[in-house]
Amino acid sequence: MQLFPCPFCGTRDETEFRFLGEADKLRPAGGADASLAAWTRYLYFQRNRKGRVAEIWSHAPCGETFRMERDNVTHVVTASASLRKESAP
Amino acid sequence: MSRRLPTGGAVDRARPIPFSFDGRAYQGYAGDTLASALLGAGVAVVGRSFKTHRPRGVWGHWFEEPNAFVDLIRDGRREPNARATTTFLEEGVALAARSINAAPDAERDRFAFFDRFARFLPSGFYYKTFLWPSWKVFEPAIRAMAGLGRIDPQWKPAAPFAPRNRRCEVLVVGAGPSGLAAARAAAEAGMGVLVVDDRPAPGGSLLYRGGAPDGAAASAWVAETVAAIEAAGGAFLANATAYGVYDHNLVCAFQRGVAGAADTLWRIRPRHIVVAAGAIERPLLFDHNDRPGILSAEAGLAYLKQYGVLVGERVVVAANNDSVYAVAAALRESGATVTIVDCRQTAQGMEAAAAAGVEVRRGERVAHAEGRGAIRAARLASGAAIEADALLVSGGFDPTVHLYCQAKGRTVWDERLLAFVPGGAVDGLAVVGAANGVFSLAGALAQGRAAIAALRGDGAARSALGEREDALAAAPAWPDAKASGRAWVDLQSDMTVKDVALAARESYLSIEHVKRYTTLGMATDQGKTSGVNGVAALALATGREIAAVGTTTYRPPFTPVPMPALAGMRAGALLNPVRRLPLEARHRAHAAVFDDYGGWLRPAFYGEAGAKAEAIAREIRLARNAVAIFDGTPLGKIEVIGPDAAAFVDFNSYMTMSTLQPGRIRYGLLLQENGVVFDDGVIARLDAQRFVVSCSTSHVAAVHARLEDWRQDQFDPSRVYVHNATAHWTTLTVSGPLSRKLVERLELGVDLADAALPHMALAQGRFAGDAARVARVSFTGDRSYEISVRAARAEALLDRLLEAGRELGVGLLGVEALMVLRAEKGYFVVGKDTNGTTMPHDLGFAGPREKRAGDFIGKRSLFTEVASAPDRRQWVGFEPTQGREPLPCGAHVVDLAGPRPRSTGFVTSSYASPTLQRPIALGLVERGAARIGETITLQHLGRKFPARIAPPCAFDPKGERLHA
Repeated sequence: MQLFPCPFCGTRDETEFRFLGEADKLRPAGGADASLAAWTRYLYFQRNRKGRVAEIWSHAPCGETFRMERDNVTHVVTASASLRKESAP
Repeated sequence: MSRRLPTGGAVDRARPIPFSFDGRAYQGYAGDTLASALLGAGVAVVGRSFKTHRPRGVWGHWFEEPNAFVDLIRDGRREPNARATTTFLEEGVALAARSINAAPDAERDRFAFFDRFARFLPSGFYYKTFLWPSWKVFEPAIRAMAGLGRIDPQWKPAAPFAPRNRRCEVLVVGAGPSGLAAARAAAEAGMGVLVVDDRPAPGGSLLYRGGAPDGAAASAWVAETVAAIEAAGGAFLANATAYGVYDHNLVCAFQRGVAGAADTLWRIRPRHIVVAAGAIERPLLFDHNDRPGILSAEAGLAYLKQYGVLVGERVVVAANNDSVYAVAAALRESGATVTIVDCRQTAQGMEAAAAAGVEVRRGERVAHAEGRGAIRAARLASGAAIEADALLVSGGFDPTVHLYCQAKGRTVWDERLLAFVPGGAVDGLAVVGAANGVFSLAGALAQGRAAIAALRGDGAARSALGEREDALAAAPAWPDAKASGRAWVDLQSDMTVKDVALAARESYLSIEHVKRYTTLGMATDQGKTSGVNGVAALALATGREIAAVGTTTYRPPFTPVPMPALAGMRAGALLNPVRRLPLEARHRAHAAVFDDYGGWLRPAFYGEAGAKAEAIAREIRLARNAVAIFDGTPLGKIEVIGPDAAAFVDFNSYMTMSTLQPGRIRYGLLLQENGVVFDDGVIARLDAQRFVVSCSTSHVAAVHARLEDWRQDQFDPSRVYVHNATAHWTTLTVSGPLSRKLVERLELGVDLADAALPHMALAQGRFAGDAARVARVSFTGDRSYEISVRAARAEALLDRLLEAGRELGVGLLGVEALMVLRAEKGYFVVGKDTNGTTMPHDLGFAGPREKRAGDFIGKRSLFTEVASAPDRRQWVGFEPTQGREPLPCGAHVVDLAGPRPRSTGFVTSSYASPTLQRPIALGLVERGAARIGETITLQHLGRKFPARIAPPCAFDPKGERLHA
């Protein structure tokens, strides 16, 4: 059982978290006009790197999504940060 | 013949405890294990081997035991495959044990003749023999005769195990000398210490090996150390096996309940783990080394010192190392005639042993164990035979590296110690004492202390942990694959040196493959005594070094853990909670028959359980001809609130929602990014900044999570908020031609005139002093009013509706009838009528795909080659053209025109329609929309059904009844 740091709630058991995807994977803009190659990459291709990775997770009890950096071989978690930006007025 | 000595051991001879084994009554004493009591009573054969049904006796004295497994019934509590060596007799507990893999019992097993056919049962025999005429002919009988204990399928634990959690700074696994030394050092340094040990009392090997730790008597040292640990705030868990190290230093321990207490599963989160788990004695392999009466030397000593049982009167001790000299001396002192057969020419202790009256045969090996059943003599390689009623063996010790390896540690082969020992350091985990290959008492104590000093930053102590003196001076004594006869490597899975050699001849080189092919190291003991001998046998058979062969992977659990303990609270309703309606009691009062729908317990229909079809037909007629009330409470009600709510709902929905006027409702589909339909439901706009998204009962959590994710991913979360209000509202749907009449009588303060509240509109009213929402949406095809009130007003609303509607003939409508009503209208249920390829235009909703501007989830995927293919499966109805029988759900539309038959679609819903007085069916079929009226053949389980493709809507296709 791994322990993940939710930036809002602190360290919790991994069973409280949902994996949402690899970080820095951007949804192609343009709707129907997005290129098929970009859309395919977005939908079906994962970097699936071994070692240090950055991922987006959601902590189910608080519902917040956040970015976590960890090593998927040693399971050492190196960073976790909120995705919140400054709010528009 | 009793082997119990009149004195000695930690058993209380004043407290006899009766028990039964294989139906016969025996007696042991308080402090006895089942194994020590059986040995004490002179029972030599305690079980039969897995494949060849050879008689087997007790071999070990603790968790390493490979033979003495029994089925237990303790006060009616059943436990299959329990180790007799770790099962204690308890006063006041009726214990009945039965040998496994034997019939009628271990002594007189009727399959004993199997041994004569052993050569037909080599490794992988099921690939090689019993093949004519077919393996299937033999398989049932072979399976019935193989295997271990019997499980009682009726048995259930009295209550679920509640796992317990614990944190500590230092967790010490093992309360032997090195573990206790470490625990004391840590506790006195102010660290929070927890010691976990699998025995009832601390001491570990000191309990039978004795010695003089720090110059004191062993028992006094243990008592003093334990007192010091507890005084410094340390704690102990006795009878608890730390069976696994998991990610981020989670250690799980299974604690046996004693004196009537329940078993406990501990989840421990230490900052540091000190593994002081000792070492396991390795057998020596020779012809017929599996005979009852052959035990590990350590076990011989343990039975004598802990239980007062002398395993034999004429004992041969065969060894390759120094550890047995203390064993021989103790046996001799207790009156046994002892001969040591040492494969080494010289060793420390040989002179002293001879002086104490122990004969020492130098440079000799046991080649063969003679006897019929139990051992009678040990024949040496030189040819001499020594009469014996017990043969104790020691082939060296294997450090218990299991937890270290589970924590991703890698062992290395130590050529001097002839053992796999911990290699590189593992963060947060130290291995000390015999588990680290340090076999002397003084060394073990020093290691325990050094581990704590290293934790506290002492670099010299850290490097001392890697230093190992050669305390046992072991000489190689590896199995000889070319020797004649049969030498067992793995006693539990009944597998010999020849099996390893055969696997090597058949080109199995990896020890992991050999394990799977020969079953070496499998079964419930997981190779605790067989692993390293198996590695050595493979190394010799393939001409490699032992280090090059390596070990198999160590995985949890270290010893078997009962499944209910692993399941813990995650069973039954605690795993899968039944979700209940606020109106459940009212439904029961109206004779509802309940069923599980997407996790909710909902009324399937109302009436006699045995008259389901009649009840459903009655409810359908009521809803079509008068008025019926359906409890739609579990339907999702997720509120989307904020200045960006309209844009957010637009992005999430296939249909545009931002153009909705407040007080209006629109049907919508939610897609996945791959364009596949994820859920459907109506979306209502309450005001400019507030929407209610309704979703399928079983999809509420998923839709809520998805909305939350997109809110934070693509939107400013401070400008749109998602709130799941499903449990807040109870929703009763009043449906049927008389529905308006009934709702009028509630006096909700809502103008029900169709001009004010048309179909797909919503109004806010009051009921019993609280807010009520009235929505005109319909899943039946008839005029309907969905009335939502807060859950606390649910009963009042239902009572009022039933009372006010009595003269209208109102009744209740269950889920089953609603499913037929919606099918008559051709409405689909996402997940039942759609699958992982269904896109909105397959269901007849092509508009937004063709016309809608702006992006939404899944949009791009609706324009791929696949999404635009002309032969997509589309939503249609089916009408059987022969007979009155409904079509089978799942029947395929088969295209026979091509070179081979091909499915072009299937039936997803099928019912008898009481309204139409004929069967109706729905489904997906290629190019379906263009094939309305076409005659097809459906196939199901070998039967054919002629049918016609029809429009999905079979009843009131113009939708006039919505307004009637």
